[in-house]
Amino acid sequence: MLREAMAAQGVDPSAIEVREIDTEESAQREEFVGSPTIRVNGRDLQPPVEGEPTGLACRIYRRRDGRVSPLPDPDDLRDALRAAVVR
Amino acid sequence: MSIALGERAPDFELPTTGGDRHRLASENPPATVVYWTCNHCPYAIAWHDRMLDVARDYANRGVRTLAINSNDPDKYAADSFEGMAERVESDGGWPHPYLHDATQEVASMWGAERTPQVYVLDSDLRLRYLGAPDADYDDPSQGAAWLRGALDAVLDGREPEPAETEAVGCTIKWRR
Repeated sequence: MLREAMAAQGVDPSAIEVREIDTEESAQREEFVGSPTIRVNGRDLQPPVEGEPTGLACRIYRRRDGRVSPLPDPDDLRDALRAAVVR
Repeated sequence: MSIALGERAPDFELPTTGGDRHRLASENPPATVVYWTCNHCPYAIAWHDRMLDVARDYANRGVRTLAINSNDPDKYAADSFEGMAERVESDGGWPHPYLHDATQEVASMWGAERTPQVYVLDSDLRLRYLGAPDADYDDPSQGAAWLRGALDAVLDGREPEPAETEAVGCTIKWRR
């Protein structure tokens, strides 16, 4: 999904840096609120709400139609990548 | 490893969010659905309405449905017993009990690994279907088709087809 979205924006998918967060300590250190977390140039695709606990959890995304999903809305991903490319 | 198809499911007795306790072997329905779920897993949430619909639709055929949460509430506060009760209340009630496996012993005995993970038992409490509710958490129109097909088969005295699918979801959060 991410690779396809990057390619569609003309961004080389090999630029993806995959990081495994496998301890509660590293989750806290990295302000990791769940998997998958996608950061574009260090900025979270959907910044978590203030006070959201860090930890080794599955992340809940909201699709644009309101549905709950384990993955972000493809349009949100596209917009985040597009904005990063323009900057 | 999960209990095997054809194997009799291990008995358990767990507290419900309604304040009582439920024992698996205390009833003898023609089929029983036991599924692992929780409050914070996006896969379980995505399939949630479909699971409640199945419970409602098959209740008049005598099918019993039980949901179990085995996640460690110390790590995931939303999965505490209080969080479970609040969720059921905010939903205006569920059509089936929501059981708390605080010690995680039931999940261990059954070999449950994910949320959601669905088990369909026959009238003898033997496992007839194991896996996902349907083929796509992201497509509500699937309507828990695999689960419904398994229930129809068990109620008709047939073997479900498929009898086993891959459970897709978050892993159960174990105490360390």
